[in-house]
Amino acid sequence: MEDFIKNYCWLIPVLPLVGFVFNGLPTAVGIKLSRAYVYTVACGVMLLSFLMGVGVFFTLKALPETAREFTNLVWPWIHLEAIQLDIAFLIDPLSSVMILVVTGVGFLIHIYSTGYMREDKDYARFFTYLNLFCFMMLILVMGDNLMLLFVGWEGVGLCSYLLIGFWYEHKPNGVAGMKAFIVNRIGDFGFMVGMLALFWALYNTGHATLTFTKLKTVVWFLQPQTILGVSAVTMICLCLFVGATGKSAQIPLYVWLPDAMAGPTPVSALIHAATMVTAGVYMIARLNFLFTLSPAALGAVATIGAATAFIGATIGFAQNDIKKVLAYSTVSQLGYMFLALGSGAYAAGIFHLTTHAFFKACLFLGSGSVILGMHHEQDMRLMGGLKKYMPITFMTFLTATIAIAGIAPFAGFFSKDEILWQAFARAVHGPKVYYFLWALGVLGAMGTAFYMLRCVTLTFFGTLRANDKKTRELVHGPHKDHHGHHGDLVPHEQPWNVTLPLVVLALLSLVGGFLNVPYIITHFFGGHSSGLFNEWLSPVIPLQAHHEVSSLEWVLMFKSVLVAAVCMYLGYKAYTSWQTGVDRFVKKFPRIYDAVYNKYYVDEFYHAVFVRGVLLFNKCCFSVDRYIVDALVNLVGRFGAVYSDIIGWFDNFFVDGLVNGSGSITDFTGAQLKKLQTGNIQHYAYGAVLGVVVVMILKILM
Amino acid sequence: MTEDIINFIPQMISFFSNILNVLIFFPLLGVLIIAFVPREKTQVLKALALIFFLLEAFFSLHIYFHFTNTGVIDQFMINLPWIGAWNIHYLLGIDGVSMLLVILTAFTMPLALIGTWNSVGQGIKFYLISLLFLETGMVGVFCALDLFLFYVFWEVMLIPMYFLIGIWGGENRVYASLKFFIYTMAGSVLMLVALLYLYFKAGRTFNLLELYNYRLTSMAQLWVFGALAFAFAIKVPLFPFHTWLPDAHVQAPTAGSVILAGVLLKMGTYGFFRFAIPLFPDATLYLQPYLIGIALIGIVYGALVAMVQPDMKKLIAYSSVSHMGVVMLGLFSLNQTAMTGGLYQMLNHAVSTGALFLLVGMLYDRTHTRMISDYSGLARLMPVYTVFFMIITLSSIGVPLTNGFVGEFLTLLGTFQANRAAAIIGATGVILGAVYMLWLVERVFFGEPKHTHGLGADLNLREVLVMSVMVFFVFWMGIYPKPLLNKLERATETVLLKLEDEREMALLTEQSSVTGQSGTHWSDLRPLVLSLCKMP
Repeated sequence: MEDFIKNYCWLIPVLPLVGFVFNGLPTAVGIKLSRAYVYTVACGVMLLSFLMGVGVFFTLKALPETAREFTNLVWPWIHLEAIQLDIAFLIDPLSSVMILVVTGVGFLIHIYSTGYMREDKDYARFFTYLNLFCFMMLILVMGDNLMLLFVGWEGVGLCSYLLIGFWYEHKPNGVAGMKAFIVNRIGDFGFMVGMLALFWALYNTGHATLTFTKLKTVVWFLQPQTILGVSAVTMICLCLFVGATGKSAQIPLYVWLPDAMAGPTPVSALIHAATMVTAGVYMIARLNFLFTLSPAALGAVATIGAATAFIGATIGFAQNDIKKVLAYSTVSQLGYMFLALGSGAYAAGIFHLTTHAFFKACLFLGSGSVILGMHHEQDMRLMGGLKKYMPITFMTFLTATIAIAGIAPFAGFFSKDEILWQAFARAVHGPKVYYFLWALGVLGAMGTAFYMLRCVTLTFFGTLRANDKKTRELVHGPHKDHHGHHGDLVPHEQPWNVTLPLVVLALLSLVGGFLNVPYIITHFFGGHSSGLFNEWLSPVIPLQAHHEVSSLEWVLMFKSVLVAAVCMYLGYKAYTSWQTGVDRFVKKFPRIYDAVYNKYYVDEFYHAVFVRGVLLFNKCCFSVDRYIVDALVNLVGRFGAVYSDIIGWFDNFFVDGLVNGSGSITDFTGAQLKKLQTGNIQHYAYGAVLGVVVVMILKILM
Repeated sequence: MTEDIINFIPQMISFFSNILNVLIFFPLLGVLIIAFVPREKTQVLKALALIFFLLEAFFSLHIYFHFTNTGVIDQFMINLPWIGAWNIHYLLGIDGVSMLLVILTAFTMPLALIGTWNSVGQGIKFYLISLLFLETGMVGVFCALDLFLFYVFWEVMLIPMYFLIGIWGGENRVYASLKFFIYTMAGSVLMLVALLYLYFKAGRTFNLLELYNYRLTSMAQLWVFGALAFAFAIKVPLFPFHTWLPDAHVQAPTAGSVILAGVLLKMGTYGFFRFAIPLFPDATLYLQPYLIGIALIGIVYGALVAMVQPDMKKLIAYSSVSHMGVVMLGLFSLNQTAMTGGLYQMLNHAVSTGALFLLVGMLYDRTHTRMISDYSGLARLMPVYTVFFMIITLSSIGVPLTNGFVGEFLTLLGTFQANRAAAIIGATGVILGAVYMLWLVERVFFGEPKHTHGLGADLNLREVLVMSVMVFFVFWMGIYPKPLLNKLERATETVLLKLEDEREMALLTEQSSVTGQSGTHWSDLRPLVLSLCKMP
């Protein structure tokens, strides 16, 4: 078993690739595949891949803790004198966790998609992309060097682009896909520069490598080096973090993620909530030995993370599209993960990544189920009362909501509280600014509880508003009445392949937290574990030293649960019995509401400054080509033309004049001379005599 | 007399036992045969030409499989006296770089012909003859080691290209071909002057391998380098000598564009690599920062201008300016990694841009318009075409596991060692490339399907075949670049060793100049260089 896993773990990413080829090649050349074939292949490879992932996990578990790491070389890729990069996979506790998340959640979402996409005409294309995504994501988390990570990094970006624009016939979807790719590329630029800088700095010390296992041992050599006067480590970390802000939708590059909701909902769940967007978190956790060397870079990570957590939560207050709410929620939750990383609690970040994958995937899939049930209506103002029509969806959605709000003992409680506590602990023992970041985190958590309950209330409680003509006109305008001719809309529960993944994920969000029960609680029950999850990751991410058990931690823990519960209650009330009060508030402070509703006008700002600005600048550049460079060239050409005109004129009138002149003289003489040719023999005889006479005279004269 | 005739045949046999001679003259045999076929038999003509191109491509594999990677130019050498009075030789030989470029040429031609099988109607006979002539010229340029011979091939290659644009081009072909001619002629003239100067200075030899051991004074190097660089810069093309390219590309027939992008542009960078850098190391080291600067301007400027082009071909043409800037950046970073990356990027650019021109040509054959605004939602109407276009786009913007990424990354990696700011600016090309290409894709392929007039069926088997070959190269070069990189890297070693010698010499001179023994110190040249560079 162990040998099999060690030699064949390359199959984990390759299996989805096989699915991609089997579905993709026939589709690409226009062969229509049967749905049964498509989903059997696509889900089958994911299941196999997941089983391999489980195998990897148990293989590692059977090994002694220090030996839980091996590399599976597939083939040499780029081999130059200065740099050797292989296609090779690194298996260690961190990658095993990521493999399980990606293949596990991935498999569930594949199952879900068989239901969600059942009526789509591009069924095969969808699963092709989905398989390709899983392949790339697995490359990302399994790559044994930074370059290979980057391969997956770009690859998942590509798949995200393809899947956001999946329904490309609707123009905004294509634009959203493009926006996602380009914003990500801005981040990738940072990643690339960071990678180049890292390589350069190590090259100077004679330890050039990008392989993680080697990096870990040579990273110390970086410390005395500087780039542009700043410590090289800080510079490298910041550049890499720019990459992370792109992929993981952090300030200032988060703007693509809400637009990415244009893609089919399973995509939003898999790529834009559970896996791809967490790539930045994974990358920093993978390079924890590097980031730890630079407290300044960690500070930046934590600050951006906390700010994003807070801002994302506030925007969630005023969104009406159910998927947009969840999108901003994702932005905000990713912020928490970065706050954890920035606080030096890498394992906590990865743990939140895992639980978030459970409950956010569950929420997104739930919203997808709602959207299907509502006949592709996404506006929450038209929902309400769905509890009655879709009980399974409601129960799972509610479970995930409680989890994300951080109520004990649901998964979100353990992971989020760990993060907040770690930030607080860092403030106690280190830079005081972390108090402020912690406070932002707490405020964000309160916001989360509020907007999530708002979402649940608007969707599931109360009465259905979809058939209310006035509301419909308010939402879609008087002319865009989709359902008018269908009669009344009756929402309905979804088939098993949609609800089963919901139930599984809801269960995971219910119990997932127990994977990492904090030390303080185990201690209370007489154990010494600092969390199974933390311990599992400890070969990659060193365990943090225990601070003494303080009553403060208990206090904070209870406080945050209490606050979350209160906010949930408020969120429920505000959209049921206090609805009029909320409306009055909105009317009284329209500016605040508008700003939040329009996401603080960040998109508009970017568009005006960057998009317009760049295009204008480009046109100026093009003018340089047309009116300066080409003008010069044309001038040379014109000069040549005029010059040749003069030459031509000279030719025509002078040279040709001579030539033609001599021609016409010959012509003329010929014409005259031909008169001599009469054909009369006597005349010729005269001529001959005449000639003789002329010769004689000449002879005499001379 | 009879003896001559008796000797002729064995001489011919021994002459053509060298594969390079075969590769150079085989297309001319094609010209000879095609000349006897009546011009109305278009299918026969095309089939014959195709057979010649395919055989040539097949022959070119010989040099790959019988190549010994020594790193110096010593493979398949042949040296015959040619014009004795002037000490001009028929001297051929290749190293890893020229080997790959010859193969590239030999493969580009049949693909270009098949890909545009029905695009040219009138004058097909002369068209095919031009293509065959062109191939002789191009292969010759990459093999010639005698500067005079090089110059001859260089000119041989320009004339058919001029015809291709001027006769089978679009509406504005006269202007475009004239512009092409003015630019390249200006370059050629200066190149000839430079070569002659070198010839007389070095004691009447055009032999490149001998000239490698000859050093001009620093001042002379600057001038001769300048003249040569001018000719090569036009070919690359480097900013601001690039404006012939968009016009030439837009007006040229598809096959012309493919060859132009695939092979002709490479002659500029090849010239820098083979002649300008190793012959004039002082000047190279001296002008390095300025050339890097120009390369960077090319990368950014080309990409920015590409963004606002309404014409697909023009957009791709400007993207060529950007990509070739990356090649130049790699070459002039003057270290092994960057140079290898730059050379690799030459091959990549040929594949991806050549394929893009083919794709646009296929569309143009159907609809006779290249305007982006004339298309929308093509993904629904031509799904197979879309798949190919997408893959080539990814290669063009350098997504990992495609060929573009390997070259770009190695170039930037090496450049970072040489000049950090340059690498960072160069890396912005990564963003900009994505912007203009994806925006193109978004406008043409996404959105509501629009039935542009003439837009018939999706790609046919012939077109699919050609594009499949291209796609194969895209992935092969991206996933398993090792054998190619090996050959390129060894070749850069030789060039860089020459520069290294020169650096050491310069250090020595510097030391002796302290004691006052040296004549011209090379840092005396800085004001001159600066004044040269400040000129527009």
